[in-house]
This record gives sequence, C-alpha cells and structure tokens, in this order.
Amino acid sequence: MSFYFAQFLTGLASASSLFLVASGLSIIFGVTRIVNFAHGSFYMLGAFIAYSLVTALPHGPLGFWGGVIISALVVGVIGVVMEILVLRRIYQSPELFQLVATFGVVLLIKDVALWVWGPEDKLGPRAPGFDGAVDIFGSKVPEYDLVVIVLGLVVLAALWLLFNRTRWGALVRAATEDREMLGALGINQALLFTSVFFLGSVLAGLGGALQIPRASVSHHMDLAIIATAFVVVVVGGMGSIVGAFLASVIISELNAFGILVFPEITLVLMFLVMVVVLVIRPWGILGKPEGEAAGEVLEGETLSIMPGRRMRLALLGAFALLLVLPSVVEPFYLLLLSEVFVFALFAASLHFIMGNGGMVSFGHAAYFGLGAYGAAMLLIYGDTGMELAIALAPLAAGLGALIFGYFCVRLSGVYMAMLSLAFAQIVWSVAFQSTELTGGEDGLVGVWPSPWASDRIVYYYLTLVLCAGGILALWRMLYAPFGYTLRAGRDSPLRVEAIGVNLRQHRWFAFVIAGLFAGLAGGLYGFLHGIVEPQAVDIPRSIDALMMVLIGGVQTLIGPLAGAFAFVFLENRLLAFEFWRAIFGLIIIGICVAMPLGIVGSLHRLALRAAAARAS
Amino acid sequence: MTKSRLGRVGSRLAIATSALVLAATMGVAQAADPIRIGEINSYTALADFTQPYKKGWEMAVEEVNAAGGVLGRPLEVIHRDDGGKPANAVKIAEELTSRENVDLLAGTYFSHIGVAVTNYSQQREKLFIATEPMSDDIVWKQGHRYTFRLRPSTYLQSAMLAREAAKQPAKRWAIVAPNYKFGQDAVAAFKKVLKEERPDVEFVEEQWPALFKIDPGATVQAMLQAEPEGIYSALFSRDLTAFVREAELRGLLRDDITFVGLLTGEPEYLEPMGDEAPENWIVTGYPYYGIDNPEHKRFIDDYQKKYNEAPRMGSLVGYVFIQAIKAMIEEAGSTDQEAMIQAMKDLTFPSIVGPITFRGLDHQSTMGTWVGRTAVIDGMPQMVDWYYAEAEAYFPPDEEIKKLRSGE
Repeated sequence: MSFYFAQFLTGLASASSLFLVASGLSIIFGVTRIVNFAHGSFYMLGAFIAYSLVTALPHGPLGFWGGVIISALVVGVIGVVMEILVLRRIYQSPELFQLVATFGVVLLIKDVALWVWGPEDKLGPRAPGFDGAVDIFGSKVPEYDLVVIVLGLVVLAALWLLFNRTRWGALVRAATEDREMLGALGINQALLFTSVFFLGSVLAGLGGALQIPRASVSHHMDLAIIATAFVVVVVGGMGSIVGAFLASVIISELNAFGILVFPEITLVLMFLVMVVVLVIRPWGILGKPEGEAAGEVLEGETLSIMPGRRMRLALLGAFALLLVLPSVVEPFYLLLLSEVFVFALFAASLHFIMGNGGMVSFGHAAYFGLGAYGAAMLLIYGDTGMELAIALAPLAAGLGALIFGYFCVRLSGVYMAMLSLAFAQIVWSVAFQSTELTGGEDGLVGVWPSPWASDRIVYYYLTLVLCAGGILALWRMLYAPFGYTLRAGRDSPLRVEAIGVNLRQHRWFAFVIAGLFAGLAGGLYGFLHGIVEPQAVDIPRSIDALMMVLIGGVQTLIGPLAGAFAFVFLENRLLAFEFWRAIFGLIIIGICVAMPLGIVGSLHRLALRAAAARAS
Repeated sequence: MTKSRLGRVGSRLAIATSALVLAATMGVAQAADPIRIGEINSYTALADFTQPYKKGWEMAVEEVNAAGGVLGRPLEVIHRDDGGKPANAVKIAEELTSRENVDLLAGTYFSHIGVAVTNYSQQREKLFIATEPMSDDIVWKQGHRYTFRLRPSTYLQSAMLAREAAKQPAKRWAIVAPNYKFGQDAVAAFKKVLKEERPDVEFVEEQWPALFKIDPGATVQAMLQAEPEGIYSALFSRDLTAFVREAELRGLLRDDITFVGLLTGEPEYLEPMGDEAPENWIVTGYPYYGIDNPEHKRFIDDYQKKYNEAPRMGSLVGYVFIQAIKAMIEEAGSTDQEAMIQAMKDLTFPSIVGPITFRGLDHQSTMGTWVGRTAVIDGMPQMVDWYYAEAEAYFPPDEEIKKLRSGE
C-alpha cells in the first residue's frame, strides 16, 4: 500500500511540473489561437538559464530560488521578443503560418542554446534545504517532489485568482471568447497579447528551471516536453487552466502506474487518452465547444483556377528535363532528387485535403509512416519483394486513414488538427515501442530495392514516374466534380449541406485518398535509404509536410512541389554548416514574415500586379 | 583516381552554378592525394562521447601526417554529423561515397545507427570501420565482409561484468536498460553469461525506459518494489544521471544491493556526476589517471597538453581508430578496397593499449576495456581496484559465432 502511495506522489510531482508548462501553452493558445511549438524551447531555455544562474550565484536557498525566478522572468522577456518581432507581423496571415514560424523559432533556439551552453548535458545542484527524502508510510519520497507538488498547486490557485478576480483576467477571458468584440470595445489587443505571451513564457521557463534538481539539462528537452504538453492542453480543454491541471494529473499518474504493468508501452497510453477524450468530448474535459472561431484555420486567397496552357507546357518541360537529368548530374543528386519527388508527393497529398478541403492535419506523417512500415514489413516478414511491397504500401496507409479519418472529419479546425496529431503519435509510439515487430527505435534495416532497381538511376526513374503519376492523379481529382465539391465545402459548408451533399462523407473520402498517396510516398521513401525507423512517423515529419505546403504556397497548385524542392536542397546545402538549424530557422521565419502566401503564391501575386500595372 | 577526381571537381562547379546546372571538367590525380576517410558520427546528439572522440582522432591524424603520412600520402578525415538519425547517417554515407569519393567509411556511435550504416556498407559493398557502436549484430547477426568493428562489443563488456557479478552473493537481479539495440543486447548477454556461471540466479524485475526518456522516480520506485539483491544497469549519459539521483534519494543505493553498471566507469558518464557519483558499483570504464604503460601514458600527457583537459574513453577510441587505419593501409600497400579488406582480416597492430587484432572470424577487434569499482576520492569520482580485461577471454565459442554469421 505504501508503495502505491509513493508512486502516486511521484506521479503527482511529474503532473505538477507538466502542469506549469502546459498551463502556459494553454493560456497562449486560448487567447491568441497560436499553436506555439516554441513553448518547449522556452522550457529548455528556462532550465539552461537557471543552471547558469544557480551555479554562478552564491550557494544557498537565496541563490537557488533567486536563480529560478530570474530565469523564468528572462524567458518571459524572450517570449515577448518573439511575439513582437515575429508573431505580431503575421497575425493577419493564415493561423498555420504562425505555427510554422514558431517552428522556425524552435530551430533557432536549439542552435543558440548549443552555441551558448555547448553540447554537453549539464547537471545542476539539488535544491538547498530539500535535498533529502522523507519517510511516508515506509517509503522514501524526495522532499523536492513535495515542494514541486505544492508549487504546482500554488500556481494553479494564483492563475485562477488572476483570471477570475482581476480586470486583466476578465479581459483575457473576454479575448478567449470573442476577440473582435474586445477590439471593438477599445481594448488594446496588441498589449493584451504581449502580456499573455509574457505570462505563458514565464510559466514555461519556471517549469524548466524547476527541473534542475531532478535531471540533467539537455538539448533534447524542447521536443521531449512539447508533445506531452500538447496532449495535456487538448485533453484538458484549450484555454482552461483547471482542465490543464486535471489532464496533467491523469497523464502523469497513468505513466507512473503504467510503468509497473506495461513498462514497454507507456508512450502509447498518453495518446490513447487523448484520442478517447477527443472522440467523446472534442473540446476537452473542461473546454468549451466552439463554433466558428475554431473552424477558420486557413484564410486568404483560395485555390480554384485550373492551370492554363502555358502552365501545362511548363510542367511538361520540367518533367522532360527531369527525364534527361540522370545523364548529366552526379549520382548523389539523383538521390536528393528522388527524395524531392517523394516529399513532393507527400506534400501534395497533404495539400489535397488542406488547400483544397480546408482540413488541416498535424499528423500527416502517420500515413507516410504506415506506408513506409507497411512496405518494410511486407518485404522483411512477407518476403514479397520490393514491387509488391510498394504496391501494397498505399493500402496500409489507406486503411489507417479510413479508421482515423472517420473520427477526424467529424471535427474541424484546430480540433481536427490535434486529433490527427494524436493518431499520428499513436502510430509513432507503437512503432517506437513494439520492438519485436518494428525494431523499435532501431527501425527495420535492409529495406533495399530489388536488384533491377538498386541502381540509383533506375530507382530515380521509378520514384519520378510513380510520384509524378500520383501527383497528376491528385490534380485530376482536384478538377473533377469531387474536387469542386470539396472546395465548396471548404468555403461554405452550410450551403453545400443545404444542396444535399453529404459533406462529411466527401471529406472522409478525401482523407482516405490523401492517406493512400502519402502511403505511396512513404513506401518509396523506405527503399531510398534502406531503413525505416520511427522518425518516419515523428512530429517533425508532419511539420515538414506542413512547411512544404505552406512555404511553397497553400493556395497554389505547384506550391507543395516547390516547397519540397526548396526544403530538401536547402537542408542538404545547410548541413555542412555547424549552426545549420539556426540558418534554416531564420529562413523559415523570414519566409513566414515576408511571403505570407508562400513562395509560389507571393511570386504569382507579384506577376499579377505587374500584369495589372502594364494593362493600366 | 582520375575518375573520382573528376566527379569531385564537377560537383563543386555544379553547386557553384546552382544545384542542377551541369558541369564536367578534367582533373588530374596527383601523387600526394590524401587518403580520404569518410567519418559519420553523432557529434551533436551525444556530444559527451563523440567530441572527445573527435579530439582523439584529430590528434592522431596530426601526428601521422607530421611523420610523413601513410604510404607517403597524408590522411584526411571528412567528418559529418548525423544528428542522431539513422536515415540521415545512411544518406551521408551515400554522399561521402559517391560525391566525396572517400576511400572508406568509418565512425558512428549509437548502435542502431551503426547497424544502419553496416547494412549500407553491405548493400553498396563499401568498407566500413565501425569505431564506437557496440551492438553485437554489427559483427555477428548482420556481420559481413565489408564491416569491421573496433570498440569492445556489448557482449564482451557485459560478459566481463557478468563474470564479476557471478562472484557476488546476489541471487535476485533486477535490470534497467534503454529500450533499443544497445540495451537489449547488453541485457541478453549479461543474462546469458551470468546464468552460465550461476544457474541459481533469477531475474525479478526489468525496466526498459525509452532512450533519454526515462521517468527516473517511477523507475526507481518500481525497482524498490521488486526487492532485488543485485541491479544491472545499461543506462548512460542523462538517463544514468537522472536514475542515480533518484536512486540515492529514494534509498535504492544500499550497501546490501550489488550494482553493476555497463560503461558507468567511462569518464564521460562518471565525471559529470561529481561527488554524487555512486560508489562501489562494478563497472567497465577508463581509469586514465592510473595508467602506467609508457606508450599509453605519453598519449594521455600529450592529449592533456594539447586540449587542456583529461582524455575520455572516446579520446582513446578515436586515437586507436587512426592507428588501426594506418596499420591497415600500410599492410594493404594501397587504398584499393579489396587490398584493404584482405589487410584488415587478422590484422595485428601495436596500439597504445597493447597489440590489437581484427579477428578474421568475425571482424571484431580484440581491444579490451577496464573493469573495476567506482569510488569518490576527494570529491572526484574514479575507478579503483581495476584491471585491463583482454577481450580474448570473453568471446563465445567460434562455432556459435560462425552460426550467427551464417548469413554472410
């Protein structure tokens, strides 16, 4: 019995530190609607800064707690800087652009931290005065765990008072309900948003700083916490503080006790909870159902016009160029180009539901990964050979999309995006933790093409033909009645339903098609490097797809292709630099701020303006 | 050589004029063309080990080149960071092979990345010297004629520890290991050898945290619950620090529990823990502070002088890696791939830790490691009562290995 109580307290301590981070994320989302990926980076910065301060300041309670508090405030200021320099410039852009921009910030902060603190892990001191353990019913419980539990409760109470008993809190709640009305009443929104960012970032920094006595500070803290924090925010209800607390407790206790029963599959549990909650209560345990506000994730000019003759000729020319390329470039570029084709198809499949259907998926890597793992497992366990494995890969992914899509299309906007993320994370955790079947973190090796296709040139043509064919098929559907119906559903769901279209069924169908083609891309990808491992399904892979689509131009046809090309070549060129992530991050932020329509979209608009100027 | 040179010059021009512009120029091979070694490693994902490793090989390369190089040609190491991702490592291997025209591939730290590149080397029939990854598969189950491995494997090091563990009274053992290839191999080998030596032991608890995602409090609590008499840990780096801190707080680090820690004595993992390092663990590691072999001592002194810090296990592996390459190419007489592979088989060379042989049987080197106990002396964690364990004594029978390598 005492053991279970000790384990319960351990879980509660984890819940408390998780709550600090997640509450900040939740507040920021509730008010500004920004899905802030950089929140995990602020958490990491909090830990690094606190480490430096605590080791530099005189030892003792004052040095320790002073260091923790100063660190949290410094991180708050960094959050404000990000809000003013980057986000404030793109509040008018589609909301997803803000997400991509914050991902640019993630990359930037990663390298800044690497540059400032060096690559080694840092082990900070224990908290003075709380460096022992107390005996509770015969089990030893670290004193510091109890301190963290109390701190979590104090922060919970303070936030509740702040939101429910102050004018500022009332304004923030009002902004969560109806931003436009608040602006109409003469409230300075910019200032409100900035202050919310400050508070949220302080909480992230505090959460990070409080980790110092528990574990070493490392460069992996940022992405390690962000997925869990998202789960907490979504399960608890976006914008709800008490909800975030409840969700933190549920998830941490599940982990603390899950480790006793299934020590190998603890990661899956968390995302299963998220799926169950989202299916039953899409807006989370304590969140409020929202109508319009959550729906409009994508705005701006829309994709509608069919490509003209000149465009078709240009595409044909590009394809012909790609056909003759192997005779003139080195084999390594063929590998890179094959990767471009695969990612172009992957991005185009996301674009099919996103640009065209208005359905945003944060977890499109699920289908890419299902295709990759499906093909690899068929090859290794089924001995099917490469041809059949690639042919069946889309079916594995399509089946996944059929099941996940059924639940996803019932939601809209950011809730749908989050549910798709949860499904992708389930696929990821299964791939990551079912070692016997998938090789776990090691992945499946030996996924090489059949002898006839193992030459780079042959495989280049294989990817070129299959990917180009896939993209053409997707485009064909875009301009079939089915594609028009989807666009109509994106722009005016009510009217579409009114003329008797079963929109949900159309969306479900589109979701499955996108899954099929993403699966084909995944299957081809596995044979490119001879290995399939969990990174094929991980969050960054989903973000890659989003970035390719958005940076290329979500409301253009060839945007995703241009995005894939820019992405793969940029990454390869930059890898040679030591701080390549920072450069990459800055480029992403730059594009988000300067080209809100994406590369192709912005160029297109420039061309239109030039034409208009000439005409007048 | 002419052809490879052509490709290289061509590639740079191609980049200059944009990635897709075509170029072809003539180049002429020169007599003193450097010997190019393509090195892939997790320089950012696991800096604790790989940065000292890099310093180690850099120092060795400088020494070799100052002494006139190998076969009159200087050594050049083209190194890349794989970011801790296997697919990246394979892509880099391809780039090094086809664009940089390296004579051989080398490196990797994490076992799964080592296995991925091993597999690549088999597919593309390119010589690969796995320097640091410890997975047994690299030379056994997935072993093939193009891959050789330097560092003592998980099996060897676990067997060294298991034989020490067998001398302890503990019968009820618990296990904590990261849930990937390295951890799984380490546990399987430890269990096998310990069972052989002591049929009476039982394994009462296993914890498999995901690599670098350990929940230390809950894990330690679960181990306490199992009431083990011995604990075998294959944790390293940040997982180890977090585990030790919680274990100390929650009273798991008791005198009546025997602790055995794989790699725990390596300075890169032991020293960051400072005076919180656990005492009296039976570990493998690198007690550089007590080495008195003159050759080895010279390396340690020079290293300290050059970098102003003590060498780590990685530094030693990096240095011996270049010694091995030099011996191999001298034996081969050229950088012809077949000649190098033939030279590698049963190659014996005088390293700073004594003579090392790359066994023709399974391509594993006989480099050993140090086994001892941890202690904290004047606030500094160290290994005491240590000895150098020669690898030869710990290999499983040849027949068993042949069976494992039957897919070759």
